[in-house]
Amino acid sequence: MKAYDVIVIGAGSIGIPIALNLAEQKLSVLVLDSEHAPSQENNKKAIGGVRATHSDYGKITVSQRSIEILKSWKENHGDDLGWLSNGYSYPAYTPEDEKKLKDLMQVQLSFGLNIKWVMPEAYNELVPGIMMDELRGSTYSPEDGSCSPLLTAMAFYFNAKRLGVKFQFCEKVTGIAVNEKTIQEVKTDKGTYHCRMVVNAAGNNARSISQLAGIDIPVTPDNHEAGITEPVERFFGPMVVDMRKRPGSANFYFYQNHEGQVVFCITPDPSIWGVDNRSTSEFLPMCSKRMLEIYPRLKFLKVRRTWRGQYPMTPDGFPIVGRMKECPDFINAVGMCGQGFMLGPGMGELVARICLDTLTESDHRVLQSFNPYRDFSGMEVFK
Amino acid sequence: MEQHRIDKHPILPEPIMDMITFYWNGKPLSARKNEMISSALIANGISVFGHHHKDGTAQGIFCANGQCAKCTVIANGIPVKSCMTAVKENMIVTSAEGLPELPNDNEPIEFTEIPEIVTDVLIIGGGPSGLSAAIELGKNNIKTLLIDDKTELGGKLVLQTHKFFGSEEDSRAGTRGNDIGKLLADEVSKLPSVSTWVNSTALFVFADKKVGIIKDGEYILVHPERILNAAGAREKFLRFTGNHLARIYGAGAFQTLVNRDLVKPTQRLFIIGGGNVGLIAGYHALQAGVEVVGLAEAMPQCGGYKVHVDKLKRYGVPIYTSHTILSANGDEAVESITIVAVDDKFKAIVGTEKTFSCDTILIAVGLDSLNEFTLEAEQAGLPVYAAGDALEIAEASSAMFNGKIAGLLIAKDMGAQVGNIPDEWYIKANILKSHPGRILPYQDLSEARDVFPVIHCLQEIPCNPCTTVCPTNSIKIEDESLMGVPLYQGKCIGCNKCLLICPGLAITLVDYRKDIEFPTVTIPYEIGNYPVEPGQMIQLVDIDSIRLGGFEVIEVLSNKSRKTQLIKLKVPASLATKVASFIVQPLEVSQPLTTPIVPELMADEAMICLCERVSVKEVRNLIREGITDLNQIKAITRAGMGPCGAKTCEVLIKGLFREEGIPVSEVIPNTKRPVFVEVPLSKFPGAKKRS
Repeated sequence: MKAYDVIVIGAGSIGIPIALNLAEQKLSVLVLDSEHAPSQENNKKAIGGVRATHSDYGKITVSQRSIEILKSWKENHGDDLGWLSNGYSYPAYTPEDEKKLKDLMQVQLSFGLNIKWVMPEAYNELVPGIMMDELRGSTYSPEDGSCSPLLTAMAFYFNAKRLGVKFQFCEKVTGIAVNEKTIQEVKTDKGTYHCRMVVNAAGNNARSISQLAGIDIPVTPDNHEAGITEPVERFFGPMVVDMRKRPGSANFYFYQNHEGQVVFCITPDPSIWGVDNRSTSEFLPMCSKRMLEIYPRLKFLKVRRTWRGQYPMTPDGFPIVGRMKECPDFINAVGMCGQGFMLGPGMGELVARICLDTLTESDHRVLQSFNPYRDFSGMEVFK
Repeated sequence: MEQHRIDKHPILPEPIMDMITFYWNGKPLSARKNEMISSALIANGISVFGHHHKDGTAQGIFCANGQCAKCTVIANGIPVKSCMTAVKENMIVTSAEGLPELPNDNEPIEFTEIPEIVTDVLIIGGGPSGLSAAIELGKNNIKTLLIDDKTELGGKLVLQTHKFFGSEEDSRAGTRGNDIGKLLADEVSKLPSVSTWVNSTALFVFADKKVGIIKDGEYILVHPERILNAAGAREKFLRFTGNHLARIYGAGAFQTLVNRDLVKPTQRLFIIGGGNVGLIAGYHALQAGVEVVGLAEAMPQCGGYKVHVDKLKRYGVPIYTSHTILSANGDEAVESITIVAVDDKFKAIVGTEKTFSCDTILIAVGLDSLNEFTLEAEQAGLPVYAAGDALEIAEASSAMFNGKIAGLLIAKDMGAQVGNIPDEWYIKANILKSHPGRILPYQDLSEARDVFPVIHCLQEIPCNPCTTVCPTNSIKIEDESLMGVPLYQGKCIGCNKCLLICPGLAITLVDYRKDIEFPTVTIPYEIGNYPVEPGQMIQLVDIDSIRLGGFEVIEVLSNKSRKTQLIKLKVPASLATKVASFIVQPLEVSQPLTTPIVPELMADEAMICLCERVSVKEVRNLIREGITDLNQIKAITRAGMGPCGAKTCEVLIKGLFREEGIPVSEVIPNTKRPVFVEVPLSKFPGAKKRS
């Protein structure tokens, strides 16, 4: 029977960076994934936006680190991830939204984030032609950015492989034997493995994987739909997040990626729980209407492709990360709530430090936000 | 400026030449009113429409069908697919150089409700199978909506100027494809329960069982009970050095330009692929006045009907079997082609390269069923059927028949009293899609006297109109099967009907009645660009294109209804039954260059994904690293991420896997997603300008 230091379950936006970081620390790592290739579940469906401008210390710290890693990846590793420091913006069209955003900005500024309020005219320079009627201004965080989830996943994957990480695809984990709080073995439909630690990075399947170790965690996927257009010359800067609600949808957002393509995504309201990757006829009319409402210039842009994916949600919108009391060698890194891509690189380092017991003081503070044993009654200010 | 148009076509009616002016990169040009921008440009001799944003190489027409975006131009400031956008008076058209700029138009938009329509049956595709199915559904009074993305019903029938094979009874053999399309469409239009939408493209069958359709530029959702996928097929492409050059495209695009738009995209054409599609395209090119420099087929024999091969050969088009394309040569667009002989493992034999000057290369190397709508409907849980090429690649005659069967099956499943579909229908449908069979020797006609037909149709193919048209019932196929070879027996009256109906132009008439030493031979002919007149000397050839000598034409009869001319000559009795036809294209046309151009670039520098300019080498390296998931190849290289949605590269990449010894069954295909063709964002919410 083969033995590894760590078995990572899930080769996605979280699992691959974790494996890479563990291999960098000379641990032997096996990554198991039930798909045919890396990042074939929700990782490849990510939009590509990466922001540090969240509302609490945990997410801010982890994604700030992600930005550092992604931004300097080409310099350090050679692969072009299509990184753009194009920033994020949350335009406000109502006094309530303006207040909400400005209140949050105070929190974000207190964490040292680079974010400012821009007046409508200035915003119109960032996003030329944006709907000015009722526009009250917008947040703008120029250090946030974007890169290709596909190129990123592949760069991390090949680097991990080069460092000796073993990836096994089309292999489903069927059992995790735990005895006296220690992991005995990991069973799959193809074999049985020994390991010191198991990291659950199984995205949509986080809950059922955790249950194999006898631990229940509240992770439930809900469906989101996204699309991408043809490429055109760059014509606007930041990610635009429209936080207003409309019938059928909560917020939606779009940006222009490094290829010149506009990528867009919408959050259905009410949520559509479950996993159903089939596209519905409602998405394109609903999302394109909202896009043209806020940005009429997009009207000539041709839609190339649409897709559906899931946010593995937790009740309060924060990830579940840490060693589990029921079995301290079983580590959850799950429930990314649709932010796995932007949290991934930073999370990879953090979880490696969990495995190696080298957590820093800041890490402990970060992990408070992601504590698996919190009461989940809180709610993120907004996503 | 000289117009590259087809002024005279032996079969097609003359187009209305209502001319307008538009501007191309600042220069005024003339166009036919409402023709597609691409055709207007081609008519003005322009074949490079822009340059790719990745590598700056030239782009031009490729699919002529709205599926890719290689023909993108900027029309009045907006990037559009020129093959799908009609030219307008004073339109400002510029080439698409790199990424286009989005127009600075910030005018707010108003929205309308998206119409939703309910129907019993939705037929996607108004070609031979879709129309035939609609007729059966209409006869059973089932509410049917038939949509087609072209402006005219008939599908690929519209582009077929040749007479059809098959049988008169089942598939209107002997009638030209474009006329059959009209006949079927007429029949459909008389059925009150069938509605037809042209200019309507299906985008996707969504999970909520609604089909998104762009009709005349407006988005509509159709909610059917059942779907018939009759959307046809798409053409395969090839890997070869220079395959990204402008003026390389498939037979569908070529026939669209030539037979629909009556523009002449080429002066000198080379064809790759000796199936019926390539052979017929060659014939269409001759009819359009295009020089056909040659045709190469990788197999030792052409896969298409022998009568098509013979026809091209005897008109002077050389056919190179066991040859493939090595390279397309040229700076931006094709200037010449290099072909090479291949061994029995299809490996190029060094030293056998031949280069021909030509300006266009037509790739006709097979078709793949368009199965997206079937898969989508299945995923949505909608009952779905398929017919025609979407079911199985075969001749249009077979498509009509299996369309008819599909229509009845649907009617039956919907509770109509149609009885059982006779077994013989399935048998016939099978025969109509048969591949050609044995080649038999000529019939012994030494006993034939007076006047009689000589049938130069020696291969078993599913075709019999000569037997049904003969008024004295003197042409028969053994055991009356459709597949056999027709034989003359009985009493010919010299009516020429068999000559006029034969789709292969493979029957001549020999008449000894006036002169026993110098009988009259009558040859059917329909290439108007090489007009034949009485008194003219023509070079007669036999079935193998062996020259029989020059003879003088004594009479030319024109038959209006069949549009086929009958050429009469007097020849010595010893030659009379050998005469199959005559050479029309001068020998010089098909001469290779004295020194072949052998490409310096390795074959692996060829493009495997034209949309995203991904080379064969990039993909081969990944396959050798052990990757077997096309989605992962896409993630790394962007192959398949472009506007055509992997419609061209997927098959090529699968071929590369095979070449690397990996069975295609082990390769994970690309995930298919909406939308079928790119559509402007404004179409989905029903946007209109604020009033």
